[in-house]
Amino acid sequence: MSLPARISLLVVAFAAVVAVGAFVVLHYFLYNPPVENYAAGVTPNTGAVVHVVMQEDPQNTVSTHPDWVSYFIQNPQTKAWVHTTLFQVPAGSRIDMTIYGFDGCTPLRNPVWGQITGTIGNVEYVNGKPYHEINSWSDCNVAHTFSIPGINLNVPMASPGLLQTAKPGLCGTSPCQPGDMKAVPYRTMTFSFNSPHATGVYFWQCRVPCGGGFVTGFGGPMQTIGFMTGNMDVVS
Amino acid sequence: MAADTSASAPAGAPGEANHGIRIFIPWLVLSVVADVLIWVVWGPHLPPGDMSSSAASQQFDIRVLAVAAAPVMIFVWVYFAYALIVWRHRDGDDEDGPAIHGNTRVQATWITVSSVIVLAAFVFGTVQLVVPQGAGAGEGAQPIWKPSGNTLQVQVIAQQWKFTYRYPQFGGFETTDLVLPVGEWVEFHVTSIDVIHDFWAYQLGVKADANPDVDNVAYTKVNNPGSITVRCDELCGLWHGAMFDYGHAVSLSAFDSWANSTEVQLAAVTKMLPPYATTYDPTMVAQMSKAMVAAGLTGAPGLYYPPTDPLQP
Repeated sequence: MSLPARISLLVVAFAAVVAVGAFVVLHYFLYNPPVENYAAGVTPNTGAVVHVVMQEDPQNTVSTHPDWVSYFIQNPQTKAWVHTTLFQVPAGSRIDMTIYGFDGCTPLRNPVWGQITGTIGNVEYVNGKPYHEINSWSDCNVAHTFSIPGINLNVPMASPGLLQTAKPGLCGTSPCQPGDMKAVPYRTMTFSFNSPHATGVYFWQCRVPCGGGFVTGFGGPMQTIGFMTGNMDVVS
Repeated sequence: MAADTSASAPAGAPGEANHGIRIFIPWLVLSVVADVLIWVVWGPHLPPGDMSSSAASQQFDIRVLAVAAAPVMIFVWVYFAYALIVWRHRDGDDEDGPAIHGNTRVQATWITVSSVIVLAAFVFGTVQLVVPQGAGAGEGAQPIWKPSGNTLQVQVIAQQWKFTYRYPQFGGFETTDLVLPVGEWVEFHVTSIDVIHDFWAYQLGVKADANPDVDNVAYTKVNNPGSITVRCDELCGLWHGAMFDYGHAVSLSAFDSWANSTEVQLAAVTKMLPPYATTYDPTMVAQMSKAMVAAGLTGAPGLYYPPTDPLQP
């Protein structure tokens, strides 16, 4: 092989290695789901009301892990459901949350997380009915939680009833569409909390061991941003 | 050792300076000064402080070990400096150094001093585990060293990524707040309901692994009121770095008031909890959720996850 050919081969091989490395870094280490911006156009620290809408599903739209349970967040402008768990809210505002619970039940490993804390009035409404705690062990009625430890927020997500879950069955294609509860069973959770005045990133998580197939149930979607955990970015 | 030998060999030669004395005197002076400074000035500020019996004991241990280590370290420095100055190479001196032979006195001294230091450290360490009731470390389910008299039991339940605290002597309520009374012995029962964590109450000098299905007991007695930083000290997953909280040590009357009011306040939540136990078997969740079993809900996706899924080790 001639010298120019050998040099060319060396350059190509080096470029290939660099490209593979860059792909791994960009795709696996630097990748983050999109951030839904609920802070746009809102003046922070004025007590303004921001309405955040989410849903939790028994499956998702990612081809590599289609059977992982997952949250979705609604884009505030287009109202389209986005597979992400990252969202921005303005500091010092009232956050009105609506979360549609499409997933079936799994008992809390520690029932203490059936207590609602950190919301205004320490209350959540499930299909309009107020709750201060939900006992996930006495019946099959909790699917997940929405918990932000940094502000002591913990809200259990109610699941459709047993009979509804068994027949007609849970929503099978994500993102699920709220509508006829008898056709596609779900629960609607609403609650409010005040976003901190201090800006920063507050992680949130689910406390139900819903990582099916993983040791102790806390692997997979429980450890992956974009599924059952994410960040609430408080901005000003 | 070789340097010791070369140092002592010429010392006996006529007209030769007594290197041993010239090294010993500055070493002694510096060691005394350093030990006094360590004990009196630096010692009271050494971690983890003296907020509890175990913390004070650990601080005492560190002071003693620092006082013991300083003369050793200073000897190395003094000898090093002396050798650099006195035995340095000089212009026109191209001879080899004297041959090195074994020196029984130096070797015996070295072995004796080393043995005394190591054995003393062994005895001191053992006593310091026994006397301060386990020194704040997790002693397992059946602790050997425990305080006499009544203790306040506090169960520490670790889970990704939060500690909760259960008070079995107050109706078994469970809370995210760690509150302890000053002047009372506390008996921590540390466990986990998922992966391995570690309960580290820094100012208390208490550190105990939190393993699933294990009751790890640690004791301490709070001496002073104040804030307590609690951290997980075992890499436990995505948000391990955020697994911390702050507890409080308060007067006994303030603690009683807090515990009694919290017991009442959390009564509805306490009813949902399993009976108090030293460990909690995750598979009992399935037994408690008979409604799901009766309905035949036995698997993912989206439905109930049975005891075999998530897999249990």
